[in-house]
Amino acid sequence: MKEFNCIVCPRGCLLHAEEQDGEIVVTGNTCIRGHDFAVSELTCPKRSLCSLVKTVFPEAPVLPVKLSCDIPKDRIFDAMDCIKTVVVCERIGRGEVIVPDLLGLGADLISTSDILIRQQIKATL
Amino acid sequence: MNYDVIVIGGGPGGLAAAISATENGAHCLIIEREERLGGMLKQCIHDGFGLSRFGERLAGPEYVERFMDKVREENIETSLSTFVTRIERRDGSFEVVTVNSDGVAHHTAKAVVLATGCRERTAKQVFIHGTRPAGVYTAGTAQHFTNRLGVMPTKRCVILGSGDIGLIMARRLTLEGAEVIGVYEINPTPSGLTRNIHQCLHDFDIPLHLSHTVTRVFGKDRLEAVEVCRVDESMKPIPETAERIDCDALIVSVGLIPENEIAESIGVTLDTRTKGPVVDAQLMTSVPGVFSCGNALHVNDLVDFVSASGELAGMNAARFAAAERDEKRFEVGNNLMYFVPQCLDLNADNSKVTYYFRSAKIFGKCRLSLYADGKEIWKKAYPFLRPPEMKELVLDMTKFDISGDTALRWEIEVEE
Repeated sequence: MKEFNCIVCPRGCLLHAEEQDGEIVVTGNTCIRGHDFAVSELTCPKRSLCSLVKTVFPEAPVLPVKLSCDIPKDRIFDAMDCIKTVVVCERIGRGEVIVPDLLGLGADLISTSDILIRQQIKATL
Repeated sequence: MNYDVIVIGGGPGGLAAAISATENGAHCLIIEREERLGGMLKQCIHDGFGLSRFGERLAGPEYVERFMDKVREENIETSLSTFVTRIERRDGSFEVVTVNSDGVAHHTAKAVVLATGCRERTAKQVFIHGTRPAGVYTAGTAQHFTNRLGVMPTKRCVILGSGDIGLIMARRLTLEGAEVIGVYEINPTPSGLTRNIHQCLHDFDIPLHLSHTVTRVFGKDRLEAVEVCRVDESMKPIPETAERIDCDALIVSVGLIPENEIAESIGVTLDTRTKGPVVDAQLMTSVPGVFSCGNALHVNDLVDFVSASGELAGMNAARFAAAERDEKRFEVGNNLMYFVPQCLDLNADNSKVTYYFRSAKIFGKCRLSLYADGKEIWKKAYPFLRPPEMKELVLDMTKFDISGDTALRWEIEVEE
């Protein structure tokens, strides 16, 4: 039996999951998303990924990005290695795709901010 | 410039307040000290925001930029890179003094929303001893370096405190290639959300040491090491358990305190438990016309709550500002010593208003009259009135035809 917290929402239910006759039985969840998360954790754990890419614009040296869907947990650092090589040279907006189908994982790398097209100012400490 | 509502702070609370005040008819100004709206969410690039409000798992910038878009659509005025230096209460309004690169400016507002957010507690506030090398950061400062400037503040660090920002930074720094040696929490239980313990620490095999704290820092110019200790039940460090850990940064995530310097300067009463203002159901503070919301009111763990409180404060500030416009002051005739309440709020429920008055001198048979634009609209006869005897009067003011420009006057007249 495995015990872990659900990460789908801030409630953070403590889930218990065990395999019985080839089927995964989940308890402790308070919604269907918790069940699905537990099954995914035991079969192919996936995670969302948010990070930054470099830009050529001095007033906003980095642009926040995310992957459009969850990817296998064990590929997170491969994805990060790829994201770290990206440099954005155009003033793209929120929701625009920067790298389609990153590493063939089925997830697009997309911008999560309008910082390059709105209020072009320098970030300071 | 004159405004109905001035919102101080352009983070998620202030943006929601300004949008809601504008939607409720107020002419509104947002004052923000940074060069860009959005507050702390600008640097909270991780996802998980907006689950309850939008039913979506948004990154911080995505969440707050939805509100920034709305501010732009509604043409709400903003004053960026601007500091509020002073607020003064004037007769029925507030004077807000600001300073920015254009100089000093004076604005007036009928209502003010304080959306000033919160501050991080620092290492000094948790009594860490030792030298003062570079490399001791609050989690928010480390986040600013990493996520807005794109500069890594550490290669190998210790995190003190298991608050959510600390946990999020543990994951973030690990993803960017830094080594997070461990998270040390003085309490016997973690202080961040359970899901963050799981997805930020467990996923990356970062150890969480409960009932432990950092007792000392070492290093001259740059941090070289920290000393960690186990603590006993009364949270006192046990010296025999001291351990030295080499690292180039100590990241402190030991709690947030509502920011209420401006609130205190205008006499707003604070609650010692929340460290924020005492408010009523309309989120109005002890100073009429001053409202509070978001993390300035109390520290929230989800931004969805911050937005909701901003909306409530903004709506009520707009109503207060509008209501004040309809506040009518009675003229009180010379035969009256005084008449209380002195004003009538035309937007309020006036079906049962209690008045108190005294005559200016002794009168025999007389009558109290209410005049509207010189015409008597109500009267009551008294056999006598004497200054020491206060009179009480309950009136349904809704039966009178009173508009914003009606001149109202109370007077006592002697009957022949």
